[in-house]
Amino acid sequence: MKSPQVITANALLEGDAIWLTEDDRWTRDMAEAELIEHEAHGAIRMLFAQSQPSVAVGVYLADAKPGANGPEPTHFRETFRTRGPSNYAHGKQVELS
Amino acid sequence: MSQIINDLGFVTDAQAFTFVEPDHLAANADAASVAIDLPSDASADDLAQNLSQLSAVRIDFPSFADGRGFTIAKRLRELGFTGHIRARGHVIADQYAMARRSGFDDVEISDDLAARQPQDQWLARANWQAHDYQSRLKRRA
Amino acid sequence: MYSYNDFDEAFVRERVAQFSAQVERRIDGSLTEDEFKPLRLMNGLYLQLHAYMLRVAVPYGTLSAPQMRQLAYIADTWDKGYGHFTTRQNIQYNWPELKDVPAMLSALADVGMHAIQTSGNTIRNVTADQFAGAAADEIEDPRPVAELLRQWSTDHPEFQFLPRKFKIAVTGSSTDRAVTKAHDIGLRMVRNDAGEPGFEVIIGGGLGRTPMVGKIVRDFLPKADLLPYCEAIVSVYNVLGRRDNKYKARIKITVHENGLDVMRDKIEAAFAEKKAQFDGVDQEMLAEIEQHFAAPAFKTADTSGYEAARLANPAFRSWTDTNLAAHRADGYSIVSISIKKHGATPGDATSDQMGVMADLAEKYGHGELRISHEQNVILPHVHQSDLHAVYSALRAADLATANIGLISDIIACPGMDYCALATARSIPVAQEIAERFDELKLEHEVGPLKIKISGCINACGHHHVGHIGILGLDRAGVESYQITLGGSGMEDATIGERAGRGFSADEIVPAIERLVLGYLDLRHDADETFLEAYRRLGAAPFKAVLYPSDAKADAA
Repeated sequence: MKSPQVITANALLEGDAIWLTEDDRWTRDMAEAELIEHEAHGAIRMLFAQSQPSVAVGVYLADAKPGANGPEPTHFRETFRTRGPSNYAHGKQVELS
Repeated sequence: MSQIINDLGFVTDAQAFTFVEPDHLAANADAASVAIDLPSDASADDLAQNLSQLSAVRIDFPSFADGRGFTIAKRLRELGFTGHIRARGHVIADQYAMARRSGFDDVEISDDLAARQPQDQWLARANWQAHDYQSRLKRRA
Repeated sequence: MYSYNDFDEAFVRERVAQFSAQVERRIDGSLTEDEFKPLRLMNGLYLQLHAYMLRVAVPYGTLSAPQMRQLAYIADTWDKGYGHFTTRQNIQYNWPELKDVPAMLSALADVGMHAIQTSGNTIRNVTADQFAGAAADEIEDPRPVAELLRQWSTDHPEFQFLPRKFKIAVTGSSTDRAVTKAHDIGLRMVRNDAGEPGFEVIIGGGLGRTPMVGKIVRDFLPKADLLPYCEAIVSVYNVLGRRDNKYKARIKITVHENGLDVMRDKIEAAFAEKKAQFDGVDQEMLAEIEQHFAAPAFKTADTSGYEAARLANPAFRSWTDTNLAAHRADGYSIVSISIKKHGATPGDATSDQMGVMADLAEKYGHGELRISHEQNVILPHVHQSDLHAVYSALRAADLATANIGLISDIIACPGMDYCALATARSIPVAQEIAERFDELKLEHEVGPLKIKISGCINACGHHHVGHIGILGLDRAGVESYQITLGGSGMEDATIGERAGRGFSADEIVPAIERLVLGYLDLRHDADETFLEAYRRLGAAPFKAVLYPSDAKADAA
């Protein structure tokens, strides 16, 4: 695996971005996500994530890197998902703070 | 096994057609009352000469997202086919009204799908003749 | 304006009930996400980057004042107090929660609106000239026909699972404000030799990955044959269109691969049979619909106050110069309200602004509003004696930007600020270009110039038909912007040409500035627009100003 990854999706009811934690929860704060280093483990975690269609929609693996407080995004799209749009102070940039 | 569904809900296959491949038609040019299976990429017009021979046509829905079957059924009706038309495969309850309005008589789905989408969800769309813009715009048959 | 009859009313109520049940069945597991997705899409509900998005149809871009007020109410009740007007004359709410969507649809039904078929592989909301029924250059108001098409296509049993989405646009005028040549079916009203109105039928236009200008499949279609002919086109497409590759599934590819002649033969054959199914009931309905669209009772009044105000107030004069269009009735103007204030998000209006526009429509505009594909709001019927009052009220609501048709009147899709399909952001680029040219105080000197920005290859921002088009891409994990030049979405529809390599997010606004300043040097005189100069001179001098280091290298 080239880069570590996190498992992410959108919440079925609220629609916002969520990430899978090591203890099988879904979190709205990417820093709490499980950083997956090995491909085989990623496949097992994906099976778990996909088995929760009543919580998570559109589950996928996204590249990430370790940061001071937990996993951080490496691609700008994933960065926007942790934050919200750039034209208004809406979404996670205000909801999480 | 599979489940037949019509306006009455989950029913047993009263007609018990024996469906055969379309090439069977050529081999049995004189046979009456043949029931055939049509794949979703078939052309209804290819059957135009054989319609009187046919008692039933079963049109495949490999995926609920493949809507060709609706136009094939409609085309068969336009060509004057008055026999039985059945939709078979991945058809969901929400498509029941579309199927009936396009000229299908009933739907045949797998037991798995029938378990996940039970009878009440199909009966909820048995009112397919109501709220139909098409019937307001076209000639009353 | 059209108002729902008992049938329409019962239909949308039933549809809301069906969707409410579908949401419940998705939550209880009866429907998988794969199965639910097309059903929610058929009801306008997307799942985007940060939230669900509900796309509400504004059929042929026409709204009444109470409908606009209800859109404001929905924004306040279930969203964040604003809405986004789109290039398909719809309005999108960016923040609904799944459980609230049935209530939103119910609130829409209360004012005769819905979100049906604003998405999915089906016939989408029919769009029309935003000046319909008001334009001085019109043959007939195209909206009755658009409403007939809405009724015909709504819940059409054969056409809910087409190979791909299907868009129809209609214009009643020779000036094409509805981009008919970039639609799956474009209908342009023309008269035959006998002087009867009918349609030139265009098929296979579209932007996206493979942009194509539509082709004329029928020079003249009598108005009465419209439904059977459209049904023939879509039924041919439904069985012939490719389903193996979604990038090759639009009818433009079907036409391209099968040839226009083969398509025409199949369509005409199907039409001959379809015609028999319509025995004029549809024409009786059309006649009834036409009564709904009867022109309002235009008034006569003294316009000398308007002329005096123009002379006295330069800001008002500037606004009347850019934001008015010729009306068919004496003493009237068509008012375009710019939803493109410099630095704001193109197409976004707050609920307060929606309320102001509804009030103005009621007080001064015979109760009518329109949404344009250029993401502005139109008051189609305003008497000139009321223009100053309208302007003053708009100014108080921050809605009096005088920039219609100018460089800051930019079309921009939501891009990666909202859209799950986007490859780069569009909104910040639009904001920065508008602010930069406002700072330079150059936009009136530059004159008519259409910049259109898409945040991905799907081209919702119509970049291919912008005089200057900007396409945002992801190049190795970085936002990159590609420029196209010389496009047009009007009756002279042209796909723009790629100028060359892309620009980074930091480089794109300076690049546009070079390009526009370069045009000011290159143009013949102040009357030659950017597009005319480009057509006269070709791409080379424009590329030279875009890529100055390349030009130097060539000279060395």
